[in-house]
Amino acid sequence: MSQPQGWVEAGEIGDIEEEDVIRFDYGERTFAVYRTSDDKYYVTEGLCTHEKVHLSGGLVMGHIIECPKHNGRFDFTTGQVKKIPPCINIQTYPVQIKAGKILVKVD
Amino acid sequence: MTAKVQQRKDYSLTGPENEHARSQGLAEAQWYESPIPRKRLKELMKRKDGPAIRDTSIWLGLLGGSGVVAYFSWGAWWAISAFLVYGTLYSSPGDSRWHECGHGTAFKTPWMNEVVYQFASFLSLRPATPWRWSHARHHTDTIIVGLDPEIIAPRPPIYRIILMDYFRLHVGFRELKRIFWHCFGVIDKEEKEYIPPSQFRKTFWESRVYMLIFGAVAAACLLTGSILPAMFIVLPSFYGHFLVMVVGLTQHLGLYENVLDHRLNSRTFYTNRIIRFLYWNMNYHIEHHMFPMVPYHALAALHEEMKADCPKPSGSLWEATREVYMALKKQKTDPGYTIYRPLPETARPYKYGIEQAVETQNIEA
Repeated sequence: MSQPQGWVEAGEIGDIEEEDVIRFDYGERTFAVYRTSDDKYYVTEGLCTHEKVHLSGGLVMGHIIECPKHNGRFDFTTGQVKKIPPCINIQTYPVQIKAGKILVKVD
Repeated sequence: MTAKVQQRKDYSLTGPENEHARSQGLAEAQWYESPIPRKRLKELMKRKDGPAIRDTSIWLGLLGGSGVVAYFSWGAWWAISAFLVYGTLYSSPGDSRWHECGHGTAFKTPWMNEVVYQFASFLSLRPATPWRWSHARHHTDTIIVGLDPEIIAPRPPIYRIILMDYFRLHVGFRELKRIFWHCFGVIDKEEKEYIPPSQFRKTFWESRVYMLIFGAVAAACLLTGSILPAMFIVLPSFYGHFLVMVVGLTQHLGLYENVLDHRLNSRTFYTNRIIRFLYWNMNYHIEHHMFPMVPYHALAALHEEMKADCPKPSGSLWEATREVYMALKKQKTDPGYTIYRPLPETARPYKYGIEQAVETQNIEA
């Protein structure tokens, strides 16, 4: 199935458990795809803005992702830093679910 | 098996070892992780308020109770033991609570972590902001010479400094000096290596608050004509430091430098409930470094998940300490001496790091 321009498939909804995160690589880029406990999906860039650690190894708590290395926190719905050491907000990306597929607008 | 380091190193963060470590790809590198199913890891990482509220209440109760006893002992011969107990309860849990709350894992509720972190930072005389960044670097570049600001002893070891630090007389005075200069907006060049400029202002204001407290304690001593007020606030960070040093020495000393596997450079030991309470389970040090998101109260369970992939833990605090001092003794004449701990057959091989890192250590059987 072809996707609208700029949107790519990041996986299927069953790929992520509730209140969890997975890694999605697209070309040279890496993303973190989140599923909340109320079954909503979000996507941010995949690496912590502090020291380029993959956030997919981290812990999802509500709308917060905690980095697995230094426990820095972001609100993955807005990209805002919630706890240092990261000092720079993280990029978020639009998401839509179509026919059970998670689509991300990467551009 | 031992390993030899071919040249004496400069442990400062601004010396040649900094550039050397970076050029070898040891800075901000990818570290080894033991395989633990994601589902299980998520269970272990789960945050709770209950254990830390319970443990903090017990700690503060004991601290207050021992303080009352110490107060009434003043002037009597048994004041020495009373203040030793008070100082240990001030300094040792102060240090471990500073550590765990700095990671933000002790409590589920963020403000609880922050309140205890700020309080414990003062007790352990580790100003909150600089030490938050120092410790983040310690986790990024654990025991990488020239990058890790928290290496306790160089090779060969300097016994004078180690002995002084049982009462925090070396590191403690360095910290007081830094606090003093922070009040005037001065950060030393080592600290500039790991504290970002955006955090300088906060660092300065924290130090000014610390200085105000120091001043208030000094004034109380002058007004009462007694050192007693300082025996309760500030001085316990020094005279009560003994246990912090005892457990701190076991964390990494005698083990590898410049490797990318916490099983090689960190030490886990078994110990009794009292030490585990005071130290908040940091005797599971390999586990803590490999998975810093796992709270202290789940480290024993994490240990069970990981132990088939790790070297055998030291059997007790005494055994770990003896191992450290035997290594330090050997490093005095052979700075390259490193304890090698074989892995069980169930474990994955050690990750020494990139090729160059192994070459500099010239491993020999």
